[in-house]
Amino acid sequence: MKGQTEMKIIKIKKEAWGQGLEKLQSEFRLFGPVADKDGFEFKELAQGQLPVMDLGNTRLSAKSTVYPQTQVMFNYTLDESKEDHHIMKEVDLNGQPQAVIGLRPCDAASFQLVKRNFDNPEYPDPFWVRPYEQSTFVGLACDNPSPTCFCTSVGGGPYSENGLDVLLSREGEVILAKVITEKGEALAKAAGWDTDADENVFDERRDAAEKKITAKINSDQLKGKNANDLFSAPIWEDIAFACLNCGTCTYSCPTCWCFDIQDEVKGTEGKRMRNWDSCMYPLFTLEGSGHNPRPVKEMRVRQRFMHKLKYYPDKYDSDVQCVGCGRCIDLCPVNIDIRDVCETMNNYKPLKSES
Amino acid sequence: MQNPYLPYPVRIDEIITETEDKNLKTFKFVFLNPEDEEKFSYKAGQFAELSVTGKGEIPIGIASSPTEKGFVKFTVNKTGLVTKYLHNMQVGDIMGIRGPLGNWYPWKELEGKNVVIIGGGFAFTTLRSSIVYMLENRDKFGEINVIYGARSPGLLLYQEELKAWEAAGDIKMHITVDATDDPDWKYNVGFVPTITEEKAPPADENTYAIVCGPPIMIRFTQPVLDKLGYAHDHIINSLEKRMKCGIGICGRCNIGEKFVCKDGPVFTLEELNNLPFE
Ligand SMILES: Cc1cc2nc3c(=O)[nH]c(=O)nc-3n(C[C@H](O)[C@H](O)[C@H](O)COP(=O)(O)OP(=O)(O)OC[C@H]3O[C@@H](n4cnc5c(N)ncnc54)[C@H](O)[C@@H]3O)c2cc1C
Ligand code: SF4
Ligand code: SF4
Ligand code: FES
Repeated sequence: MKGQTEMKIIKIKKEAWGQGLEKLQSEFRLFGPVADKDGFEFKELAQGQLPVMDLGNTRLSAKSTVYPQTQVMFNYTLDESKEDHHIMKEVDLNGQPQAVIGLRPCDAASFQLVKRNFDNPEYPDPFWVRPYEQSTFVGLACDNPSPTCFCTSVGGGPYSENGLDVLLSREGEVILAKVITEKGEALAKAAGWDTDADENVFDERRDAAEKKITAKINSDQLKGKNANDLFSAPIWEDIAFACLNCGTCTYSCPTCWCFDIQDEVKGTEGKRMRNWDSCMYPLFTLEGSGHNPRPVKEMRVRQRFMHKLKYYPDKYDSDVQCVGCGRCIDLCPVNIDIRDVCETMNNYKPLKSES
Repeated sequence: MQNPYLPYPVRIDEIITETEDKNLKTFKFVFLNPEDEEKFSYKAGQFAELSVTGKGEIPIGIASSPTEKGFVKFTVNKTGLVTKYLHNMQVGDIMGIRGPLGNWYPWKELEGKNVVIIGGGFAFTTLRSSIVYMLENRDKFGEINVIYGARSPGLLLYQEELKAWEAAGDIKMHITVDATDDPDWKYNVGFVPTITEEKAPPADENTYAIVCGPPIMIRFTQPVLDKLGYAHDHIINSLEKRMKCGIGICGRCNIGEKFVCKDGPVFTLEELNNLPFE
């Protein structure tokens, strides 16, 4: 491919890595994986703090770097002596440019899936679109995928460049950086990373890493199936049997985007907030009258899998709404496994009606 | 980029208590910035998010008609957190409205057609909008029948207007109550499905039914319409789901791949038959 051969590969030595990141901090807010309690998560990097690059994937995904778990939408005052009392005031969304360092290719790809929802033609969502546009994504290729990773069967891969501006690959103390976009080029320049590497190990390493991924899902039959048949299939009670509706799967998932909007007031000052929400919770759909269209957990579990594996691909004529990061499999306390659910759905054949 | 979550600031201009149990009030709003009224240009059947500053937002059907200028009206049932607070607000208070949202009754398709409106309880709000709109454009429609029921006479919405429509005779009104001990009650007594069976015109290619009401009314009216021969693409429903964003983004109100807030709330029964039954 033309674009591929023209891509520039840069060699970053250990000292240049730290120095470059520090330089970047005068222009960018930097986010990267850092230690947090017993695991590690994407956080804003303090001045001089290095992202952790030698552990696997973060517990929660990188989605919070563009779409925080809780976020102010508007400010207002209830103080009637102020002229603009009770009127919503917009927050400034034109913040500093930011760079997300060390996210894995699956998380990078997730932004492309979620983009269809937030950056839609009719109502582009400025709270997501602005930070997304201001972000440069510097990914880290996976040479040691985990046993629950199945990115290669959902259009991704451990060296996939989808959604990335720069792709890094580690070679001992040295980092090789493949510059993919203009944004990526600008970032490399700002960091002062400009030593051409004389080798291109990316293709070789990609093949080796892809071979290590053995987990997979089959969703090839899902497109042709009728959504109503799958919806009313007698499979959901078994699938949902052990589910606690804890919501861990949806919170950790890079491609889950549902949110709630709530007002919070202290004294006379208030904020309208948006917070991640989960289709696993009964309150998600409970109406004021007491009616709830999804009163039992089978229905909520069905919603999650149908959305990811059937409604989303149908709506956007695309692949499934899952990047195969394996988080929901690793973290589910009762071992509900999207690979098995997908298999069940993929193989499901409705009984022919008698008539 | 226009922020689709930013409400237009409005002032409460008038509050009318509609029903004798005082659970339903109509709020008339005036835009603080007159140019916002133009931006809020809507069609009968759409809804908006009423933004009660400090409490939250609620999706409410627009009860005024696009032909009524200078204000917008909503009729709100006292239910939970936001609606209770709204019921205690006063004329002159400042809040917001965000919209118009969702689709509308298929006015293009309905032109030149007979329309039978079947409503129950307080779901009559966007039906009022529709009736006022059709009366203003009376020559564009064929025969118009309105079947509207509540539990008792005091629970009917827009009582003065109902009487005026009945008297004017441009549309055939069939007002009904489940029961009443009022000796002067001169309209129908009986449930909406029963009155529909008696009064609704027979089905034909040129007749559409718009059905809006509590789930139980819809459930029992359906077999009657089937019996009368209404085709499912000639039966139009307006749905409710818990909502937040109102613009198809927050993921809350879907039926299958459709969002009730954005792809609806108006669906033909035929469309609903093709979606998962949720
Ligand atoms: C398209 C549409 C049109 C509607 N039109 C009207 C109308 O004209 N008049 C009227 O009185 N009511 C209408 N409703 C119902 C009304 O939205 C709810 O009664 C109201 O949101 C309850 O809010 P609450 O804060 O008082 O109740 P709570 O139970 O405290 O609800 C908390 C929050 O949940 C959400 N919510 C709760 N119930 C519903 C519901 N049924 N639908 C949507 N969101 C809900 C709201 O965001 C609400 O603020 C409509 C609903 C929809 C979806
Ligand atoms: S993590 Fe597992 S138990 Fe928790 S809601 Fe998801 S599927 Fe259910
Ligand atoms: S559904 Fe599970 S495996 Fe797929 S992207 Fe979400 S957390 Fe990762
Ligand atoms: S209310 Fe948010 S998607 Fe419909």
